[in-house]
Amino acid sequence: MTDLLLRPIDPSEMEGDPRDQRADSVFRRVALGAGLLVLAILAGIAISTTNKAWPAFVHQGFSYVFTDNWNPNQDSFGAAAIIYGTIVVSLIALVVSVPVSLGIALFLTEVAPRRIRTAVGTVMDVLAAVPSVVFGLWGFLTLKPWIVDVFNSIAGAVDGVPVLRSVFGRSTGMSFMTAGLIVALMITPIITSILREVFATVPVNDKNGALALGATRWEMIRGVVFPHSTGGIVGGIMLGLGRAMGETIAVALVIGASPQIVSNLFAQGEAMPALIARNLNEATGLHSSALIGLGVALFALTLVVNISARAMVRRIDLRTQGKR
Amino acid sequence: MTAVETSPFGTHLSTGRKVRNRLATICMGVAFLVAAVPLVIVLVTLVTKGAGVVFGLDWWTKPIPSNVASAALADKTDVFGIDPSQVTRQTVVYGMWPAIWGTLLTTAIAAVLSIPLGIMAAVYLNEYGGNGRAARVIRFFTDVMTGVPSVVMGVFIYTVWVVPLQAQGRSAFAGSLALGALMLPIVVRSTEEMLRLVPDALRDASAALGSPRWRTTVKVVLPAALPGITSGAMLAVARAAGETAPVLFAIGTVSAVNWSPFGQNTTLAAQIYSNATQPGGESIAWGAALTLIGLVMVLTLIARGVSSRFSVRVDL
Repeated sequence: MTDLLLRPIDPSEMEGDPRDQRADSVFRRVALGAGLLVLAILAGIAISTTNKAWPAFVHQGFSYVFTDNWNPNQDSFGAAAIIYGTIVVSLIALVVSVPVSLGIALFLTEVAPRRIRTAVGTVMDVLAAVPSVVFGLWGFLTLKPWIVDVFNSIAGAVDGVPVLRSVFGRSTGMSFMTAGLIVALMITPIITSILREVFATVPVNDKNGALALGATRWEMIRGVVFPHSTGGIVGGIMLGLGRAMGETIAVALVIGASPQIVSNLFAQGEAMPALIARNLNEATGLHSSALIGLGVALFALTLVVNISARAMVRRIDLRTQGKR
Repeated sequence: MTAVETSPFGTHLSTGRKVRNRLATICMGVAFLVAAVPLVIVLVTLVTKGAGVVFGLDWWTKPIPSNVASAALADKTDVFGIDPSQVTRQTVVYGMWPAIWGTLLTTAIAAVLSIPLGIMAAVYLNEYGGNGRAARVIRFFTDVMTGVPSVVMGVFIYTVWVVPLQAQGRSAFAGSLALGALMLPIVVRSTEEMLRLVPDALRDASAALGSPRWRTTVKVVLPAALPGITSGAMLAVARAAGETAPVLFAIGTVSAVNWSPFGQNTTLAAQIYSNATQPGGESIAWGAALTLIGLVMVLTLIARGVSSRFSVRVDL
């Protein structure tokens, strides 16, 4: 603004009405306060949940994480099996969802003509808008009775194969795998939208260069798009992982509510958010503390995952803006 | 798209390369089907199973039935070896009005709490903070906060509101606090994106007319970005309306309508969750799910419509 003025001016000329100035500084402070509220909520979550969970942490010590014996009636809270369940479900979800999201994002950015792109985008938006509990309901009432036969026939087919036999065993329909598949469906639109943004930052000149050298579209994708987006892809996957770990209600309905560490992916298990959702309302005393403690652990895990993911995605942003 | 469909020298491509290229394209299409087919199945199941109860006046006006479980058991007397004539058949009146009201109430309060705060925070980030340290930190943690699992937010409100207030703790308002905290970062980030699209020329013009910064922001910048802000806020509302986990510990449960934001209440999502596993609750759960999806889809589609129709105005 100031460069429009041809003569140097006295700052007091610029100041204007002091009432306006005061109003402006109040407005600015209110706005800053609203922004700081975000930090306050995050700090509040960390402090108040840790505070409430402290008795359980003290009672249980390191065995909280390392032992596998969750028995509220005996005040024994070893959460290893529950943490194991969360990790297994999240990994299944990622293994299924990442290739699918990569495919859809590439399809959207490199292949699809405009009209199809809009249609596919709408489908992804709708998928993202379906609430967790609706997927859970569908998983529990419709998918479970159907998929139990699929699981059991797979289990029957690999019965004699050494490693596969222990990974794909008998099932009741409620399992790590059922939960993982449903979570995969739920995180696919999230990962897709991030990958789409990442792929959109690949310079058109690089792509055209590869094509001009005679590369096929797939060779162009492998030679130009992937190398350029590695960080962003990893970041997107980690954001998906964060979402998968926190997925609650759908998992609570289909995982089977029996904490156990088994190699059989078709067996029933338990996950941290699901256990909290199912029991916190009725829990008292140490049990309540222990459940809130799982919330603390979940919060810490997702914080770590999200912070590293954001840092990675942000670096891509900066690079494309030429700031690095 | 600048990508060329086929090279003019395509005939010289070795078969291997051609096949691999074709295969990759097919895989991408298949990836889309892998995501789209389950979605279609879910939606179709929802409509076929839920339509029965939803298309009736009772559903929208009557209290939630408390006798579904006993009615379901009465239908299965033969399983227990009881003479059917000994059992009084119960009629179940499928109503969902209390949960529909509860969903609207909690979501509305959450919106009132979080949208103004979110917009103010975004105003700070874009109009005042710029690339300063405070703004960078807030922006980063806002992003991080969008990744906080909803169940953690529920646990948070449970520890700071429900437990300290004991008997009065569980209420629609407590649920709104959790939902509002979930919506806040979404509103902040989407609003900031929209504010960034407002051209600086508008700000400069307003400043040149002697308008202080706050008035420029309120009278010029925010109105210019309003459609985008509205659409972002509605997406946040749509997401909050479908959340179950944060509401679960905060809202309690009722079967008759509770008009007040205080005192226990219930939402569609909570009803779906509790009825999914209850004997005889299936049709209630499907109906509530269809109602909820309808609500969420209407909000999402309006948000899309608003942003696509008015987005031109932003780049004046």
